[in-house]
Amino acid sequence: MTHAQPLTDAQSVVAACRADFPALDQDVNGHRLVYLDSAASAQQPAAVIDAIARYERHDHANVHRGVHTLSHRATDAYEGARETLRAFINAAGTTEVVFTSGTTESINLVAQSFCRPKLGPGDKVLITHLEHHANIVPWQLVCEQTGAELVVAPINDRGELELDALYALMDDAVRLLAVSHVSNALGTINPIKDIISEAHSRNIPVLVDGAQAVPHMKVDVRDLDCDFYAFSGHKMFGPTGTGVLYGKEALLDAMPPYQGGGDMILEVSFSGTTFNELPYKFEAGTPNISGVVGFGAAAKYLEDLGMQNVEAWENELLQYMTQQLAAIEGIRLIGTAAHKAGVQSFLVGDIHPHDLGTILDHQGVAIRTGHHCAMPVMEFFGVPGTARASLALYNNFDDIDRLVSALDKALEIFA
Amino acid sequence: MIAGGLHTDDVRDLYRDLILDHARNPRHFGKLDHTTHSAEGINPLCGDKLKLYLDVDADETIKGAAFEGSGCAISVASASLLTDTVIGLRSDDAMAIFDAVTAQLSGGDAPGNTKVDLGKLRALAGVREYPTRVKCATLAWHALKSALRQDTAPASTE
Repeated sequence: MTHAQPLTDAQSVVAACRADFPALDQDVNGHRLVYLDSAASAQQPAAVIDAIARYERHDHANVHRGVHTLSHRATDAYEGARETLRAFINAAGTTEVVFTSGTTESINLVAQSFCRPKLGPGDKVLITHLEHHANIVPWQLVCEQTGAELVVAPINDRGELELDALYALMDDAVRLLAVSHVSNALGTINPIKDIISEAHSRNIPVLVDGAQAVPHMKVDVRDLDCDFYAFSGHKMFGPTGTGVLYGKEALLDAMPPYQGGGDMILEVSFSGTTFNELPYKFEAGTPNISGVVGFGAAAKYLEDLGMQNVEAWENELLQYMTQQLAAIEGIRLIGTAAHKAGVQSFLVGDIHPHDLGTILDHQGVAIRTGHHCAMPVMEFFGVPGTARASLALYNNFDDIDRLVSALDKALEIFA
Repeated sequence: MIAGGLHTDDVRDLYRDLILDHARNPRHFGKLDHTTHSAEGINPLCGDKLKLYLDVDADETIKGAAFEGSGCAISVASASLLTDTVIGLRSDDAMAIFDAVTAQLSGGDAPGNTKVDLGKLRALAGVREYPTRVKCATLAWHALKSALRQDTAPASTE
């Protein structure tokens, strides 16, 4: 059952990186850990952990404030990470890279600062049936606040967007399209560049939820021509509590601040406040400096590996995982899109996903079970939840063999 | 290298034959002809949902019990065992069982109920080693408590 194909050079480069991740080097319940839950949160390489520790041990102070040496070092580290992230997504300038606490905050920022002032009754926000709750609820809230309507584009039974239906919903009343680049529950890669182009031909700005795309593929925001792109540090091997909102400078410039506080101002008096320039206008308060330093280290780690290499390796793994899972008796694969990134949702026989999760954990195999914060997707497929195995660059063919044998054990118990 | 995690010998200690039997063939699954008390139990973490129906007579004796819903093997088996257990009991005695079961699952002693004989409900004891699954096993029992108290809000494990 093992994968016998020789690795290409590019694959070998990525396959060797498993040793960079200390958390993967452990036994869980008496078995070597097989971590297949990276779509929930990815493990961190030593380069990230060490960058955070080095910063905390030597360089910590507040940013953009002091004249002393440590404050300079902290500011350099923080702004250096911004430049690394800018290059990672190929934004035109660091003014377009706003640090947030994660994808969720990035989306809420756009909902409240970009959309809320321009929405009213008769206006629409367009999303899709594939979205994570983080790309649904902020739009529901802003629609409730303004009287606008939330419109949802449909998917098909492979878990792909129905593009004709999506384009038909792009009418004059739509003020924004918010759409995921890659579905977290199903792994579907949306044809995001085409979708953006269609939306722009109708003067509709587009926010892309890229949380599940950035760990798996090269993202170039200028090539995509998206208006906003939101992603998180912890899905791409960085720390939790970090994220980026990319926005085109002209749009960010015209938007009012999202939160008030220190760092986002130039001058404050009781008669009024002059707001700081981009991107600081959107970064009120002392930021998550050490987290951002780690986030930058994660982006550098990926750049050094080469996202093309990562993508090629993961495609091999996904193909193998899909084949091996499909061969299991009684399995139902959920999400069978033609273009996918490293995620497979499934159900086995009538075994509830939580029972699968427990039995797999007992064999050292970590997967996610439940609704994956995408309850509308679960409802579409008529299931309360699924088991989901998600891949990252540090997984290998042996991990997939272990997943399959753990599933065999579950079938044996429930036989 | 680090090692950690659970130390039970076999996951079959959780999925005992009795549990698997009740999960596959739940007893008293459906509605009752006559219901005096009912409650819904929801586990928001995993989406398990069940509705418990009781027929309690004027003497506070539970004449009938049934449940509907969907969930994992642990929550369905626990609900099935519950209905099997409480039929014929007075509601006070059913509450004593509630205390004893929840104490067994949380690893503590039941307050003043050490004499309660759990009988086949002891099959649920394996769940104690799986902290993330304890709420699956207690869901139906919280619904029982809500139903007997005639609470209007659904019982939640959160």
